Amino acid sequence: MFSILRTIWLTFLHIFHRSETVEYPEVKPYLAPRYRGRIVLTRDDEKKERCVACYLCAAACPVDCIALQAAEDDNGRRYPEFFRINFSRCIFCGFCEDACPTYAIQLIPDFEMAEYDRQNLVYEKENLLISGEGKYPGYNFYKNAGVDMGVKRKGDGLTEEKPVDVNDLMP
Amino acid sequence: MNYLLIIGITLFVVLSIAAGLIWIERRLLSVWQDRLGPNRVGPFGLFQVIADTIKLFFKEDWVPPFSDKPVFILAPGILMVTILLTFAVIPFAPDFYVFDSNIGILFFLGNSSLGVYSIVLGGWASNNKYSFIGAMRASAQMLTYEVFMGLSLMGVVMMADSFSFRAIVEAQKDCWFIIPQFFGFVVFFIAGVAETHRLPFDIPEAEGELIAGYHSEYSGMKFGMFFVGEYLGVTLISAIIATLFFGGWLGPSFLPPAFWFFLKTFFFIFVFILLRASLPRPRYDQLMSLGWKLLLPLALLNILITGAVLLFLK
Amino acid sequence: MDVFFYIAVAIAIFSTIMAISRRNAIHALLYLILSLLAVSVVFYLLSAPFIAALEVIIYAGAIMVLFIFVVMMLNIGLEKSMEKKWLNPRMWIIPSLLAGILLVVLFLALSNVGSLTENKGDILPKQVGISLFSTYLLGVEIAGILLMAGVIGAYHLSSQNKKVTHRFLEKK
Repeated sequence: MFSILRTIWLTFLHIFHRSETVEYPEVKPYLAPRYRGRIVLTRDDEKKERCVACYLCAAACPVDCIALQAAEDDNGRRYPEFFRINFSRCIFCGFCEDACPTYAIQLIPDFEMAEYDRQNLVYEKENLLISGEGKYPGYNFYKNAGVDMGVKRKGDGLTEEKPVDVNDLMP
Repeated sequence: MNYLLIIGITLFVVLSIAAGLIWIERRLLSVWQDRLGPNRVGPFGLFQVIADTIKLFFKEDWVPPFSDKPVFILAPGILMVTILLTFAVIPFAPDFYVFDSNIGILFFLGNSSLGVYSIVLGGWASNNKYSFIGAMRASAQMLTYEVFMGLSLMGVVMMADSFSFRAIVEAQKDCWFIIPQFFGFVVFFIAGVAETHRLPFDIPEAEGELIAGYHSEYSGMKFGMFFVGEYLGVTLISAIIATLFFGGWLGPSFLPPAFWFFLKTFFFIFVFILLRASLPRPRYDQLMSLGWKLLLPLALLNILITGAVLLFLK
Repeated sequence: MDVFFYIAVAIAIFSTIMAISRRNAIHALLYLILSLLAVSVVFYLLSAPFIAALEVIIYAGAIMVLFIFVVMMLNIGLEKSMEKKWLNPRMWIIPSLLAGILLVVLFLALSNVGSLTENKGDILPKQVGISLFSTYLLGVEIAGILLMAGVIGAYHLSSQNKKVTHRFLEKK
């Protein structure tokens, strides 16, 4: 009996509490820099696509929302022929970002992507690809990798030693 | 004043209060739950009421093919009619009432007991198990609580020596009946909450167990009538509490009597909403045992003591 | 006021006939409620508002709800074969003759009274109470004892012996 009255009184006191509601369209919530939102494909410092179409993101995706097809250009550099993310299936887990060896696929702090037509949630490569470098400015996979894909000569990489001349006996 | 004019004003005021309660309740609940509530449509979200009404009007008014059609259509009308009729006997001000009956309280009790039909028939005619269970619960609950709703008012009747609402208000000139009839007030208030099946006593429509109880199958304006009927019931019970226990239109004379009446009525509407915000729903057998084992003896004791004291003072 | 009286009476008679002739039990009960409400209006016009209100509260309100309740729970279907047998003229001709005689007697009795709705001043609740607790005190007490017996019987029927042990532990 007393506890019921106390409950009513305590509820009444909430009249003096501040409202917790954030009035969303007028007041935007703070999104941390590492917030996992919309997925983008970034470019490297030479404004070329970072993606090497290794399929790791598609393999890591728990809901199978990523589809892509690899292709090679004249230098043998791999790039995705098409890259498709179905955002109506995406759960924004960020596994694709973790899996990506070239920092190409990244999740950015943006979530305002509602659509009236569900088909519009299927993003193609031209919708995904941005012109900037995303979270890792200055990073270029081919400058760290050993292969020569027309970005640098063999042995010119940032942490790479000169190639060993196998005909030379000197160490 | 013109008779028809009074009826028209009463209907207008009462219906607009009931419709406005849709908005008031949502805003107040959100205040007590640290939220904002509907504030998008119009100033402070006031046009939410209009938006809801338009929505209800334009929804498909579906009558299930498996239902008992005449009864299904009749049921929501009964609710509105019985509640609106009761407002006729309530005096809003000393000279503003539709008719002053010398059986006013009995008229109210009779109408509220007829109101049970709308729920029982609505639940039965839906031909749906959940609706039927809701209807069964509603009828048992409302019959139970009607018994001591009537008994709790008998103390007031004894003190005022009349069944007429006007005479009861005038008998409270010296002292509001809340003081001598405190237990009568408590019993009547609890019975009133149960009678309008508002939370925490909304067992007939407990959405966790019964979808929406007796109005599961209703849509469109038929549902709207049940919906507004619930708010009308809240307004009615609040108005009756204000009239019978808190001196109706009586108050300091610098403001018009109708103002005091509506002030008291709105206070009890707020209490109704506060109860909804704070209390959980009891189990069905708890509700019944509370009624028969606590409130009924309390109401009978109240009658006994009131009668004894009145006889002693004579 | 006579017009209202006759309208109410007509509604009462009509709805009673409908209540008897309906196949659907719930519809029949709805007509019965209508008939009770009409009777209550008749009481009101005969300047007995207290009785009219009680008629609505107790008969139309409480008792009929219980009736409807029971009928709904039993879910009575359309037993046509049974009703065919009842339509046999031998079954209803004598009761309807008796009812007709009653009707004639009623008309004769009523025609002597004159205008029924002549306002003799309302019978107020207080007068009803005083007459119940003085003239008809014995009747009230007997009715009270009868109700008490009903309450005790209901309590006896609904009280169950609680099982203390589990059913597997019971001695056979």
